[in-house]
Amino acid sequence: MLSTSPKRGYRQPPKGLARFSELLQKLPVHVALVAISLIWTLPSIGLLISSLRPKEAVLDNGWWTVLQHPFDFTQLTLVNYLDVLTAEGMGQAFLNSLTVAIPATVIPIAIATFAAYALAWMNFPGRQWIFITVVALLVVPLQMTFIPVLRAYSALGMAGTFLAVWLAHTGYGMPLGIYLLRNYIGSLPRDLIEAASVDGASHLKIFTKLIVPLSMPAIASFAVFQFLWVWNDLLVALVYLGGTPDVAPVTLKLTNLVGSRGQDWHLLTAGAFVSMVVPLGVFFALQRYFVRGLLAGSVKG
Amino acid sequence: MLAQGLRALLAILIGCGGVIGLFYGANLLVERWFPSRAKGRILPWIYLAPAALVLTAYLVLPTVLTVYISFFDKRSQNFVWFTNYLDLLTDNVMWEAFRNNILWLVLVTGVSVSLGLVIAVLADRVRYEPIPKTLIFLPMAISFVGASVIWRFVYDYRPADVAQIGILNAMAVSLGFEPVGWLVERAINNFALIAIMIWLQTGFCMVLLSAAVKGIPEDILEAARMDGANEVQIFWRVIIPMIRSTLVVVATTVIILVLKVFDIVFVMTAGNQGTEVIASRMIKEMFNFRDYGRGSAIAVILLIAIIPVMVTNIRRFREQEATR
Repeated sequence: MLSTSPKRGYRQPPKGLARFSELLQKLPVHVALVAISLIWTLPSIGLLISSLRPKEAVLDNGWWTVLQHPFDFTQLTLVNYLDVLTAEGMGQAFLNSLTVAIPATVIPIAIATFAAYALAWMNFPGRQWIFITVVALLVVPLQMTFIPVLRAYSALGMAGTFLAVWLAHTGYGMPLGIYLLRNYIGSLPRDLIEAASVDGASHLKIFTKLIVPLSMPAIASFAVFQFLWVWNDLLVALVYLGGTPDVAPVTLKLTNLVGSRGQDWHLLTAGAFVSMVVPLGVFFALQRYFVRGLLAGSVKG
Repeated sequence: MLAQGLRALLAILIGCGGVIGLFYGANLLVERWFPSRAKGRILPWIYLAPAALVLTAYLVLPTVLTVYISFFDKRSQNFVWFTNYLDLLTDNVMWEAFRNNILWLVLVTGVSVSLGLVIAVLADRVRYEPIPKTLIFLPMAISFVGASVIWRFVYDYRPADVAQIGILNAMAVSLGFEPVGWLVERAINNFALIAIMIWLQTGFCMVLLSAAVKGIPEDILEAARMDGANEVQIFWRVIIPMIRSTLVVVATTVIILVLKVFDIVFVMTAGNQGTEVIASRMIKEMFNFRDYGRGSAIAVILLIAIIPVMVTNIRRFREQEATR
């Protein structure tokens, strides 16, 4: 998605003087692109380098001083990561984030795929209206739901449990999941599904043997989007898990770290990187699905 | 650590296994126990039931309840008509939040859409296109909290007599200026926060707009060049009109996102020093002041602001269905 040939602007590669003049003509474009890329990247590089420097160095001088001796690796250390993972509880938070994010991705996928199939290929009254409701719910701000749900959770004794967050994320991710998957499943060829049902396949069989395998690209996009959304979420965790530190995910832990150790940059930078490593991995490994899911899911409430 | 890992694994297995078992069980039940004619009528509802249940429990009912609660006092005991709304509309802090939110809306949408478009068009002209695009898109993977820590470090402030470790103040000092308290100076702190959001969202705008720009047929651009249009004219007269619908979608998306901006303000300044926005105010009313009436009223105001988008979405969907 991010790399698309064929290129505009040249037909055949120019030679000699023509090539030089083309380079000169395009110089402003190159300068602008390099400058913007640099501005966009510097803040993250600063974070990464600082997280690897000893405490005294981080607090005494700027991270860019490292670049004066770029191959002197003795100025780098992993001790900040050890501290932040153990003493500051970021390791526990990392496990909590996994515990929150994996079921909060799998559960909505299962529920949304079944619902999307019913909405796309089963006949029943009110089908259209249900889907219009889903489209409307797509942009409802989550803020609209916090107070009643939190009250219900307190009454049921569910506040501060993993189950509470799983179900909340399932509900909040549902409109997008149904919308995305129903559009995809609905665009599968009609003949294929009718042929299977003429052959006597039950709905469950059509669903598991035909629909799910064919819809994998859409399911993957939704999975990546939902996983990253849950992993990066602060608001839902804050509202439903806020008072219980032993279930706090990385975003919440990092926020608390900013509050309690606001000037200890050696810890904050390492903690921030720990919280970012999974999304960055997903970004690089699954870029195609990431972009697709992001584009489809950008309207989420 | 091992025990925690096992606990996490167990929780994951129970959570994921539970839902899949649910569907198989329900389906088996219907297949076994119902005559085939009734099956066709019941099965769609079995497939839909879990989704309908969570949608109702987590979105529909709470939304209705929040509107209801917003007409009650702090503890939801007495019906107070529109008092919460009137209080909010006469509250100075709330107006500050509205003002800031509008500033966010205008600047984030304006800058990230136009910058995203410019980068998309520029990158389209070079061979190493994927590199700048990946670098600019990368922040999309980072959480708002992570981004806030990154930028708190960029904005770090120290008194003039100590070495600066924030890159922005280091630059300011090396150019001969006094170090600036980017997050405390009331004239600039909102812009400092808005810059973070622009950093996060430009990549998103760029990717969508880039796809639209590449969708413009080459012969149209060629025809414009033959007619003697220069690159700037082509940009304004050909490219922009041809990608207008994508521009609208991208801008709407950014607007919805910015309307609800919360994490950045919460982590960076907690809404102090004149940086409050609508969503951060709502959490404050809810947790710090325990005023559920006003908290709900703020949420309703957010919803009202989003309703036009909702209506447009539904209308677009119905058109799309009509042509299917």
